[in-house]
Parts: sequence; structure tokens; C-alpha cells
Amino acid sequence: MRKETIYSLKAPYRDALRVSGYRFGKGDKAACIVGAIRGNEIQQLYICSQLIKALTELEKKGAIVNNNEILVIPSVNHYSMNIGKRFWALDNTDINRMFPGNMEGETTQRIAAGVFEKVQGYSYGIQFASFYMPGDFVPHVRMMETGYQSASLANLFGLPYVVVRKPTPFDMSTLNYNWQQWKTNAFSIYTNETDVIDEVSARQAVSAVLRFLTRMGIIRYNSHGGYIANIINENDLTLVRNKDAGIYRRIKLPGEEVHRGDILAEIMNPYEGEVISQVIAPTDGIIFFSHKSPLVNENEIVYKIIRRLHE
Amino acid sequence: MVKTVVCVGLPIDEKLFIQKNRLAPESVTGKEKRITIVTGTHGDELDGQYVCYQLINKINQNQGKLKGIVDVYPALNPLGIDSVSRGIPMFELDMNRIFPGSRDAAMTENVAADIIEDIMGSDLCVDIHSSNVFLKETLQVRISNENEKKLLPYAKLLNTNLIWIHESVTVLEATLGHSLNSMRVPTLVVEMGVGMRITKEYGDHLVDGIFRLMVELGIWEEESIPIKAPIIATKDEVKVIHAQHAGVFVKEIEHNDWIREGEIIGNIINGLTGEIEEVITAPSDGIVFTLREYPIVYTGSLIARIVGGATK
Repeated sequence: MRKETIYSLKAPYRDALRVSGYRFGKGDKAACIVGAIRGNEIQQLYICSQLIKALTELEKKGAIVNNNEILVIPSVNHYSMNIGKRFWALDNTDINRMFPGNMEGETTQRIAAGVFEKVQGYSYGIQFASFYMPGDFVPHVRMMETGYQSASLANLFGLPYVVVRKPTPFDMSTLNYNWQQWKTNAFSIYTNETDVIDEVSARQAVSAVLRFLTRMGIIRYNSHGGYIANIINENDLTLVRNKDAGIYRRIKLPGEEVHRGDILAEIMNPYEGEVISQVIAPTDGIIFFSHKSPLVNENEIVYKIIRRLHE
Repeated sequence: MVKTVVCVGLPIDEKLFIQKNRLAPESVTGKEKRITIVTGTHGDELDGQYVCYQLINKINQNQGKLKGIVDVYPALNPLGIDSVSRGIPMFELDMNRIFPGSRDAAMTENVAADIIEDIMGSDLCVDIHSSNVFLKETLQVRISNENEKKLLPYAKLLNTNLIWIHESVTVLEATLGHSLNSMRVPTLVVEMGVGMRITKEYGDHLVDGIFRLMVELGIWEEESIPIKAPIIATKDEVKVIHAQHAGVFVKEIEHNDWIREGEIIGNIINGLTGEIEEVITAPSDGIVFTLREYPIVYTGSLIARIVGGATK
């Protein structure tokens, strides 16, 4: 394992921002793994730390296959993480909306460009990502439909679901999208949590990456075969909205099977404690996403269900 | 007449309202032209508040001159404006990156779709922005080059100091301005001043420009509203200056000054060592139409933009 600073930036008074990379093995650029790009992605940082720990052990045992180099960047925006902010500390811009970056541009465009220069050219790019809506997912691999995506490759992570998303203009400045544009097979891995550490899904994510690297002939590692994933088009998920605003009590969790008519959640009057409405499953299926915050606005998407899928 | 365009319940005893004021002639035939004025997409941009006030006030004082419909939306992001938040609070979402919105997405995108639906059918829209808290901008219209032919004649009437014709940027396709232009509502995006403040002079100029535009559209009757000829700049004519060092920027010129190549714009100083980290000079002659207002800078922070060669 070689640790190096892949990008650094001075601040007026704070310590410099150092983006660190951990390289394992030598040779062809096989796989690059990126963790926290936003300041609240603590789970994503944690997963990378566990992955670096595992790869360090594997390298000591000679389990990195010859002529393969793996780069892991556990955190890009710990400058924000250290002060409890989600986006760039000065101007609140999102580094994951700045790719491929611009070395002559604004600060976060330069950070993105500096990182992107180092993560380019790998056969496989894996990002531990987070979603902008507050809620939980079932662990899954997500890819953009760019014409370069390969759902069958995504299946090799052995996670239960692979989601293909049609990119909007807003997605076109993400790391995942730009990796694909520069001919890296790019995958985003979503686990249950972002702001807090969930050990179970973190372990699942580390295993999924090690399984993938094994199957691509990059490392030698014996792991459980995992799942044969269901490949889902994001637009095919059934969206379930709540009628009323108020205190939100979640009943069904991501991964659970539900039947049409089941009560998924309840909304309570925030002053009087009475249940004022229920969120009802409009279809049979498996819950893919659920709102988690104890408060909810009117007419939010509180559940996404994979239609007519059974456990 | 004030009308609620969007109403969404918030968790505890509050509703999110987005409202507009429709000003119309006393008798309406149904064939009137309609202009829409929108602002407050970013909660820290406040110049549009003064413009909306002046516009409505003048129309109300001169009701007989109104021949068409004027829809004024002063606060597309009311939660942001009332809480000094640039984005939509709670979501940390830039509202000007979610248009045209969607019925199959989160509440915020539903709201965006409602706004678009309500504006559709307008003959023209003016989307008023201030700068953010970091930069001071001259009064300007920004047009992407794909809309130049359609929008430039209208933009020239808006009484601004500058019309900046820039290249299309994919991520800007999710803005209100781009979405409306794509949906055949010609939309002029105005930038001015600095975030969290009101630059009254620019507001007054823009109000005159909007009335001039309304005369052209047949919405307002007035003999003569004098307007100035703006500088029209394309991408190549704009020089952009970024900080190459971190530190504290102290300007040596004023915003909108005309400067010569090599003149000092400002210094990036170090409050710990007492030294100058970087002397920032003008790369060309021209007017400094953007100037950094917020002193703390990192490498890459935007310091100034100059319209090269222009004379004051």
C-alpha cells in the first residue's frame, strides 16, 4: 500500500485540504474507488476505511493479481465534514456537481479537475454515493444510462439490485457520469445510511467491492457469491406519496415485501398525536426506498416500491 | 389580484405558499399580451424585491396605461428568502437546478412543475437574479448563444449596462430560464448587484427597462422611456480572473471602473505574515463588470470579470 496526496489546496488559515489516495498493486489501472465527496457522507468514508484495511491485508498476503493497480480515495471533502457541512465550506457548492472539473475555474471545479485527473483511465470506477432525498434504500448498485453502461457487469457486485437511471442535465456533472464518458465502467454503490455508520450495510458494501474485484481478476479472494441482482429501471419504481404533512411514523422498511393495501406509514397531527392519514401500498412488491425523517411535508415521495417482486 | 400558485403543507402548522400578483386592465378582452416577472429563486438574492415593488407600485398609480397582463412572482423560494438561505431549506437544493420539474419526483420538483405550468402562455418572462454574496455584478442580461437571435432584441430594451452572450452549459439546462426558453416562453435572465443587499440604482434602471419592454409588447402605454445602449459581449470579449493564492482579497478599484491592462485590481494579503500573497492585475483594458465583494478567497475563487476593450 502506498499513500499519497493526490490533490492539495491551501486555505487562508485552516490546515491545507489534502485529498489522499491509497494505491495497491502495480501495473495497469484496474479499479478506482472513491468515498465521501460530500461532507455528510460519513458512512461512505467508513466503508472506504474498511476497504483500505481489507486491501492492505490482501496485499500483504500477495492477493493482488500481478499487473493490476487499485486506487482508493476515501474522502474528497473532509474540509466540510470536519465542520459539519455537507457542501464546500466557503460557497456551498457540491463537488459532485463539478465533474469533470476545470483547472482554470472556481475552487470546487479545480478540486474536481484535480481528482478527476487521478481517477481517469481505470477500467472500473466505483463510488460510494448518497442521495439528496432523506431516506433509506436497500443496498444497490446504480448506474447512469449513458450508452456505455453495463448492467451485467454491475451484477457481479452480488448486491440484490442494480438500478439504471436515465441521466438528467443535473446528473451530467457527477463523477459517475463523467467516468462513463471517459470510458471507465462506472458504478455507484448505495448503502442504508449516509450521516451515521451502519455496520451491516458497510460490511455488505466492502464485500461487494471485494467480490467484484475478484470476479474481474484483480484480486484473489474467496467470498460468498452474493445475489443474482434484479435489474431495475428507476422509472419503473412505483412512487408512493403521503397525503398530509405532519409527524411521520414509518412502519415498513426497505427490503420488506408488502402487499397491496398494507399500511406503510402513518402521519400524525403534530400537536394532538392523532393519526390523520395512512400511507397505503398501491401494489405488491419489495420496498426499495423509504422516507426516514420523523417529519414530512405534504405530498412527498415517501416510498418507492419494486412492483410485483417477491422475496 | 394576489393569487396562490403553489400551496404545500409543511410538517408543523405552516403552509408553503408561492404567490403571484396579476395586474390587468380594468376591462379584459382575452387577447392581451402577458409579461411575467419572476424573482427570489435564490433566497439570498434580493434586488428583485425592490424591482417588483416599484413595478407594481407604478402600475397601480397609472392603471389607465396598462393594456396587457403583468404577472409578478416576487418569491419563488419563500422559505429561502425568509430564512437567509440561498437554496431550498432542508433540501440544501439549488432551486434553479430543478426546472422544468416533474410530477414523478420529489415535492420540490412538483413545485417547479407547478410554477412552469402557471407561467406557460406568457409572451415574455424576465427572471431577475442578484449575484451571490461573493461577487458584485453590473446590471446585465445573460443570454446563451443558442437564444441570441430570439432574445437579443428584447434584451436591448431592458436598460442594462451589459448583455453577456455566453456558451450553453449542460447543467444550466435545469434552470428556469432555460426551461422556459425551451418551452417557447422567451425568457431574459437578469443579474445585478450583490447577494443579501439591494442596489437601488440598478433596480430603478431595470424598472425603466421593464416598462420600455412592456411598451414594445403593447402591454404599457407611455410616450417615451429613455434607455441606454448596453455593451454587448460574447465569451471571447470577457476576461475572467481567478485567485491563484488563498488569503484575504482587498480591492484597489471600484466595481464598474474602467481600467487599463496591468493596473492593480487588488491584493490577496496574509493577515498572519503581513505579506502580499498575490497582486492581481488587469489582463486587458476594459470595464470591471464583476468584482469580488467577499474577501476570503481560495485558489480558484473568482475575483473579477472584465469586458475587454470596452470604454466607459
